[in-house]
Amino acid sequence: MSVGIPLEQIAVQTVNGLVNGMILALVASGLTLIFGIMDVVNFAHGDLVMLGGFVGATTMAATGNFWIALLVAAIVIAVIGAALQISTLRPLLGRDPLTTILATFGVSLVLQKYALWQWGPSARQLQEPITGRFDLFYLQYPWYRVATALLAGAIIGALWLFLKRGTYGIWIRATTQDRIMASAMGIPVPWVHTAVFAIGAAMAAASGVLFGPLGGVTQTMGADFTLRAFIVVVVGGMGNLGGSILASIFISLLEAYASLFVSPAQAVIVSFVALILTLLFRPTGLFVPTPK
Amino acid sequence: MSPMSGRHSNRGYWIGFAIVLGLLTAAPTVLPPFWSRFVTEILIWGLLAMSSDILIGYTGMISFGHSAFFGLGMYGAAAALLSVKPPNLWLAILYGLVGAGAVAVFVAYFSTRLRDIYFGITTLVFSQIFYVIIFTWTDVTGGENGLNFRQPALGLLGWSTSFTPETLHWFVLAVVTLSYLLLRRITQSPFGMVLQSIRENEPRTRAIGYAVERYKIVAVMLSGLFAGLAGVLYAIQNKFAAPDFVFFLVSGEVVIFNVMGGVGTLVGPVAGAAFFLLLREGLSRYFEYYLIPVGIIFTLMVIFFPQGFLGFLRRRLNQ
Repeated sequence: MSVGIPLEQIAVQTVNGLVNGMILALVASGLTLIFGIMDVVNFAHGDLVMLGGFVGATTMAATGNFWIALLVAAIVIAVIGAALQISTLRPLLGRDPLTTILATFGVSLVLQKYALWQWGPSARQLQEPITGRFDLFYLQYPWYRVATALLAGAIIGALWLFLKRGTYGIWIRATTQDRIMASAMGIPVPWVHTAVFAIGAAMAAASGVLFGPLGGVTQTMGADFTLRAFIVVVVGGMGNLGGSILASIFISLLEAYASLFVSPAQAVIVSFVALILTLLFRPTGLFVPTPK
Repeated sequence: MSPMSGRHSNRGYWIGFAIVLGLLTAAPTVLPPFWSRFVTEILIWGLLAMSSDILIGYTGMISFGHSAFFGLGMYGAAAALLSVKPPNLWLAILYGLVGAGAVAVFVAYFSTRLRDIYFGITTLVFSQIFYVIIFTWTDVTGGENGLNFRQPALGLLGWSTSFTPETLHWFVLAVVTLSYLLLRRITQSPFGMVLQSIRENEPRTRAIGYAVERYKIVAVMLSGLFAGLAGVLYAIQNKFAAPDFVFFLVSGEVVIFNVMGGVGTLVGPVAGAAFFLLLREGLSRYFEYYLIPVGIIFTLMVIFFPQGFLGFLRRRLNQ
C-alpha cells in the first residue's frame, strides 16, 4: 500500500496538515496559557471554539463581513470567558486542580446544550472571505487556507510579543512564576487570571471563526477540539507555548498522512497513540528541553 | 475511635441498609411499571457510579473513561448472546467481564503511570480509541446502529425461566447489592486502606514501601470489572449494545453521579445517579435541553457543595 501513494498526494497532505496544525495551535496556545498560569484544566475550551464559530456565523449573517465577524466573536467570547472565570473558577482558586476539571466540565455541558438550543443541530458553513485559488499539483488549493495558517501564526506571534515585551505580559509571566510573590509586588493576581482566561477564550473564538469556512460550525465540534487541544498540550509539554505549537503541527501532520491510508475518523487514533507514547516515554513533553 | 461507638453506629448502618434493601425489593410490586423500570435503571447506573467511586473517592484518581469498561461489558454480553444458542445469562456475564477486564488491564497498565489530570486525560483518550474502533468496525460491532439481541433466560442449575420486569429487577438488585457489599469489604480491607492512603498522600505511601503503581493498577482493574458488570446488566435490560454508550459523555455523567452523590461513600454515587436520572426525567418533559440546568446545578455543587448529598454520612458509611 505504501508504494501506491503518489508524491503529490503526500505534498497536498503536508499543506493540509500545516494549515490544520496552525488552527489547532491557536486553540492549544490559549489552553496552555490558561493551564500554565492558573493550573486550570479548561474542559470547556473546545466549547469556546464552538461558541466563537456560532457568534461569528451569526455576525456574518448580519453584516456580511468575515473580518468583522472574526473581531466580534473574539470580543464577545472574551467577555463570556471573563464572566465564566469570575463566576466559576475564581471561587476554586487554591483548591485541588482536579475540581477545576469538574467545574469546567459542567460549564462545557451547559455551553454545548445552549448552542444546540440556540442554533440547532445542523452545521453552519461560513463564507470564505478570500475566494482565490492556486494550482497545487492536481487540485485548485484555496488561498483562504493558507491565509488562515498565516493569520493564526500572526495571532500567536502577537501573543508571544505581548508576553515578552508588554507590561501586562510581564505581569502575566510574573504570576506564572510565583503567584504569591507577584501578589506581594502589587500585581492584581485575580485580575491577571481573569484577563488570561479572556485572552485564551478570544483565541479559541478566533480559531472557531477561522475554522468555520473549512469544516463548518456544529454544536458537537467542541468536544473534538477539546480532546485534540489536550493531546497537543500534553505532547508539547503542559504549559509550554512553543511546545504546543510544534506539537499541533506534528499531530496534524501525522493525522493528515494517516488519512492517506485510513478514513479520517480512524486517523484520529494515530494522534491518540502519539499521546500515549509521549506519556509513557517522555511525560514532560516531546518539544521541550529535558528537565534537570 | 473506641470499639463501643464503632459497634453502635454499625448497628445503625445495618438497620439503614436493611430498610433501603427492603424498599428496593418491594419497589416493583408497588410502583407502576414505568417507575419500576426506572428504579432498575437507577440501580444499573448506580453500580457503574459505584465502580468509579473506587477510583475517584478512594484512590483520588478521576477517570474520564469509564464508558469504555461499561461499553465493553455491553458488547461482551452481546457477543455471548449472539454467538451461543440458546442465549445464556451467565455466559453473557462472563464474556462481558472478560471484555471489560481485558480493556481494564490495558488501560490500567498505561494510565496508572500518570497522576492527576494526566490520568484523567489518558483514560478519556483510551475510551475514545475504543469508541472509534467500535464505531468504525461495522462488520463486527454493527457500527453506528449497534447490535440487537434477545434477552437470555434466568437459568440456574437446570431450572430456567424467562425474565419478567419483576424478576429482572430482583436479579439486578441482587447483583448490585452483592457488588456493593464486595466493594465495601474491599475498601475496608488492608488493600482499601492502602488506596485511601494513596489518596491522602501518595509520596508518603510510596516512602512507607508500598508499590503504589501496582495498587493503582489493581484499583483500575477492579473498577473496570464492576463497570463492565453494569454494562452487562444494561445490555440484558435493554437488549442492545450501542456505540453511544462507549462515548465519553457517559464517562462524564458517571463523574457527575459521583460528585452529586458524594465521593468516597459508595452509596453516594448511587444516590447521585438517582438524583441525576430523576432530574432528567422531570426536566426533559418540560425542557428539551435539560442538561443546561443539570450542568448549572453540577457546577454550583462543585463550587459550594463538593462533598455531595451523602458526604455528611461519609464516616458512618465507611465503618
